Amino acid sequence: MYDFAYHKPASIADAVALLAGDPEARPLAGGQTLIPVLKQRLNKPSKLIDLSGLGLNRISVSGNALSIGAMTPHATVANSADVQRAIPALAKLAGGIGDNQVRNRGTIGGSLANNDPAACYPAAVLGLGATVVTNKRRIAADDFFQGMFTTALEPGEIITEVVFPLPVEKAAYMKFAQPASRFALVGVFVAKGPAGVRVAVTGAGQNGVFRQREMEAALTARFAPDAIANIKTPPDQLNSDIHGSAEYRSHLITVMAKRAVAAAA
Amino acid sequence: MPQVTLTVNGKRHTVEVEGRTLLVELLREKLGLTGTHVGCDTSQCGACVVHVNGDSVKSCTMLALQADGASVTTIEGLAKPDGTLHPMQEMFREHHALQCGFCTPGMVMSAIDLVNKHPEGLTEAQIREGLEGNLCRCTGYHNIVKAVAAAWPLMHGKTMPAAAE
Repeated sequence: MYDFAYHKPASIADAVALLAGDPEARPLAGGQTLIPVLKQRLNKPSKLIDLSGLGLNRISVSGNALSIGAMTPHATVANSADVQRAIPALAKLAGGIGDNQVRNRGTIGGSLANNDPAACYPAAVLGLGATVVTNKRRIAADDFFQGMFTTALEPGEIITEVVFPLPVEKAAYMKFAQPASRFALVGVFVAKGPAGVRVAVTGAGQNGVFRQREMEAALTARFAPDAIANIKTPPDQLNSDIHGSAEYRSHLITVMAKRAVAAAA
Repeated sequence: MPQVTLTVNGKRHTVEVEGRTLLVELLREKLGLTGTHVGCDTSQCGACVVHVNGDSVKSCTMLALQADGASVTTIEGLAKPDGTLHPMQEMFREHHALQCGFCTPGMVMSAIDLVNKHPEGLTEAQIREGLEGNLCRCTGYHNIVKAVAAAWPLMHGKTMPAAAE
């Protein structure tokens, strides 16, 4: 790992100023992706700005929204009584990311800002029609994810919280985990809530997480597994690698979506 | 060089580190606590697991500076000063839950966190899933799972609730 200067600001304003003053500075959330990347010397930041001192780790429920602070670790989301009550599928998804040790450090904001094409959280945020709140603005999930490892975040922009609209009537996430990494070979989040019926797919798309709109239409008409049994996702837009071909991933999307609908219904 | 102040196994230390110094490097190279192992160095194997403020973490995937102000427990901090082993260590010995022993420190630290956080009891499946982040290349998992189940009543001071069996 190349060396860097480490800063742990105590306010969002200080964090933003540190990032704005140096284009080579990078924010550090839980570090469960960034630190391995730095070890491989794939990135050479001048400064790491640790966001753990900004108080961005609160979970709260108001009448029509569940809000999760950006620096909340996956384990906290998984074990939160508020999350379990409001959106049990979201708590379950968080409890299935990586392993216990990764879940104790990795954060929702870090996962979203990284937008790994096989990460779990992007599927929940897109599938639930959540809003990503930053120090500058509120970004709808549909506008936030912009391709593999690419988001709407501008340089120096920090995610502060993620707001999920309530009430969620039905929701479930089904992941076919890559056996070594536990990342999603294919993961499908199905939800029926204030944002309508949504089907978000992670792990499969060449451009990262995406909505399967044909399935959404079919499930809006009738929310049942067999309503989508014959809907195929064209493989030409899907990933193909040593873990699975595009055709295999296409097949898995339908299987996982059906299982998610069955679990949610 | 920046300084980090942390408590390790009950003892307070202030150490000079680089920004890039990992927590495991601080423990092994600066404090001489070589019980915490580095296996894969890619946050897969769990040989480096320690507790930071009571939570198990992979110390190869945390910067030393991120542990500033924290309380860290390593495998060396488990036994009592008179040498009495922690119940989890004792059950690993009792059930022969180790072969080469390389994964053992991380396995024990993860297992203690798992048992601490499940006062309602643990099924065998939950124990196996809970140790997903620790790899044993001797594939000695079966006895490890037995040891964790045996340590649960000792750590909670009661028999495992029947519902969890």
